[in-house]
Amino acid sequence: MTTATKTPVWKQEGAVPFLQIKNVTKKFDDFTAVDNVSLDIYKEELFCLLGGSGSGKSTLLRMLAGFEEPTSGSIIIDGVDMAGIEPWNRPVNMMFQSYALFPHLTVFDNIAFGLKREGMKRDEIKTRVNEMLGMVQMSEYGKRKPNQLSGGQRQRVALARALIKRPKLLLLDEPLGALDKKLREETQFELMNIQDELGVTFVVVTHDQEEAMTLATRIGVMNHGEVVQVDEPQDVYEYPNSRFVADFIGSVNMFEGRVTEDLPDSVKVESKEAGCLLYVNHGINCAPNQKVSVAIRPEKIKISRTKPDQLMNCLKGKIEDMAYMGSLSVYRIKLEGGKEVRITQPNFSRDMGTRLTWEENVYLYWDVDSAVVLTA
Amino acid sequence: MKKTSKFLTSSSILGFLFLYAPIVSLIVYSFNSSKLVTIWGGWSIKWYGKLFENEQIIEAAMLSFKIAFITSCLAVILGTMAGFVLARMGRFKGKMILSGWISAPLVMPEVITGLSLLLLFVALENTFGWPAGRGTNTIIIAHTTFCLAYVAVIVQSRLSMLDETLEEAAMDLGAKPSSLFFLVTMPLIAPALVSGWLLSFTLSLDDLVIASFVSGPGSSTLPMVIYSKVRMGVTPEINALATLMILIVALGVVAAMVIMKRQHRLNKELKE
Repeated sequence: MTTATKTPVWKQEGAVPFLQIKNVTKKFDDFTAVDNVSLDIYKEELFCLLGGSGSGKSTLLRMLAGFEEPTSGSIIIDGVDMAGIEPWNRPVNMMFQSYALFPHLTVFDNIAFGLKREGMKRDEIKTRVNEMLGMVQMSEYGKRKPNQLSGGQRQRVALARALIKRPKLLLLDEPLGALDKKLREETQFELMNIQDELGVTFVVVTHDQEEAMTLATRIGVMNHGEVVQVDEPQDVYEYPNSRFVADFIGSVNMFEGRVTEDLPDSVKVESKEAGCLLYVNHGINCAPNQKVSVAIRPEKIKISRTKPDQLMNCLKGKIEDMAYMGSLSVYRIKLEGGKEVRITQPNFSRDMGTRLTWEENVYLYWDVDSAVVLTA
Repeated sequence: MKKTSKFLTSSSILGFLFLYAPIVSLIVYSFNSSKLVTIWGGWSIKWYGKLFENEQIIEAAMLSFKIAFITSCLAVILGTMAGFVLARMGRFKGKMILSGWISAPLVMPEVITGLSLLLLFVALENTFGWPAGRGTNTIIIAHTTFCLAYVAVIVQSRLSMLDETLEEAAMDLGAKPSSLFFLVTMPLIAPALVSGWLLSFTLSLDDLVIASFVSGPGSSTLPMVIYSKVRMGVTPEINALATLMILIVALGVVAAMVIMKRQHRLNKELKE
C-alpha cells in the first residue's frame, strides 16, 4: 500500500496527469449523456466514477475505451490524443460488467486472446498466460470453459484477460456488481493488491458508493452527465459540495435555513425546520440572508433524554421509530416542527432497559464541526 | 408429472397416424417383391437394386445433390449478410419493410415465386444474354432466393440473442473488425449457420414447383423425374427412391433440430 504520509500526486504542484479528459461532451441525438466533463487522473490512481444510472459514467468509460467518440472535447492518455484512434489501437483495456468472456474459448484462450492479436510467439504467450492465471489464482482452471466457472471465477478470468496486455489504463465497469457480498469484499482487496503490484492506472465505474469508498484513491461523483465533485473518498463523504453529493453518498439529514451571520470561519443559520439556530465552524461563500442547507450525517448526531448545555445545534423531538441492528440502532425522530431526522447510534451497553425507546422525548445535538453548510 | 388423460393419448395417436401412415405404407411397400404396387408379394430389397441401375434416376439425384449443395452454401452466405443487417443495423428507415421483404419468400406461393423467376430469367436473357437458356444455374439461383430467407431468419434470431459486448471485448483486446467476425462472431453463430445450411439443403432437394418453372432441357432434378414417372403409374422403384429421400431429409431436419437445441442451451448459459 502507498504510504499515507506522502503527498498524493494530485495535490503535488506541477504533476503531469496521466489521463486528461478535456471538456468532453457526448450527445446522442438531442440527449446529452456527458456534459462538458474535465478530469485529470494521475498515474497509478484508482479513480472511481460514481453516479446513478443515466448519470453518464458508463458513456464516459466507453469513450475512454474508444467505443464512442466524444461529440466535442478531447481525451489524452499518456500525452497522446485519442481522437480517431480505434479501440483495438488504444493502450487501454476494459473489464466489462457482464465480463464478456468468449463462451467458445477456454479460460486459457480467453486470456491469450489479446496476446495472439499482437502476434506474440506461442511459448511467450504460454508463459505470460500461466503467470497471469497464477496471479488471479486460477491456475487449475485454464482448460475450463467460462460456463463451467462460478461468478467469482469468471470475474477473475475477466480481470486477467484485461490485464494480460499490460495496458497503461484499465477500465472497470461495475467490477464487483455481479458478486455476492462476501466475495465482493475479498475481491475488493485483491483488486487493490493487483493494482499496487502492477502499477496500472484504474478507472472504475460504479453506482455503489461503498465500492467506491473502499476502492478509490479519488472519487468523481457524476450527475446528469456532469462531474459534480472530485475528491478523496473521505472528503466526498465529510465535505460534500452540494446537496446532491451529500444525499447520494451515505445518508444525510438536511435542514433548510437562512444565513444570519457569515464570518470567515463560521456560519450561523436560522432554520425553521430545525427549530433552533445552527452553527457551523467553516466559512462559505454566500450572500447575506441566502438560503442554504445544513447537512448532518446520522452517525454524527448525539441523542439524550436530558437537555444538553448548548443552545445552538440542539433540537427537540420524539422517537417515532427505531430499529435494532446489532452493532448499532437506527432512530427516526420527529422534530417539533414536523421534520423527521434519522440517527444512528452505536449500542454501547448490552442493557436493554436503559435504551431509548418509542415515544420518548429526546434532545438531539451535535458539535460545531459535525455539520456542513451547502449552498449548491 | 400430471397423469396423461386417455383423451390426450388417443388424440395424439390419431394425429401421428394421420401424419405418418401414408409415409409408413410407402416405406413398407418399397420392400414389396411384387411388381404391382397394390399387391403384397413378400419382403424384398430388389427395387433398391433396380433403382441404382436406373441411370436416369441416378443422374437426376446427382444433379439434385449438386444443386442443393451449392444452393445451401450460397444461401448461408447471403442469408447471413441479410440476417446481420436485420439484427445489427439498429433502427433505420424502412427496416420493417426490409424484414418483411426478406421473410416474404417464406409465405409466398411457390407457383408465384417460380413464375416470377422464370419471367425474370427470360427478360434478363433477352436484354443481357445471360443466363443463356435455363438449366442448373437458374435452378440454383431460384433455390438460393427462397432458402436465403430461411437462413436470414435463423441467423437474425441467433444474432439478436448474442451479447454485443463480446464483440466489443474482442475489439478492446486488439481484434480488428476484419478478423473479429471470424474470431468471435462466426464461432458463436456457427450452430445457426449449420442448421440454416441443412435446412436449405433439404428445401432445395425436395422442391418441385419452382424447379419445374426455371429448369431447362437436360436439367431435370430428382423430384421432377419422380413426378414425371409417377404420371405413368407408381412403380415399386419409385417407392424405394422415395424411402431413401425421406431418410435423407429426415436426417437433415433432425440434425438441424439437434443443433438448434444445443444452440438454445448455449444461449441460456450465456444469458445467466
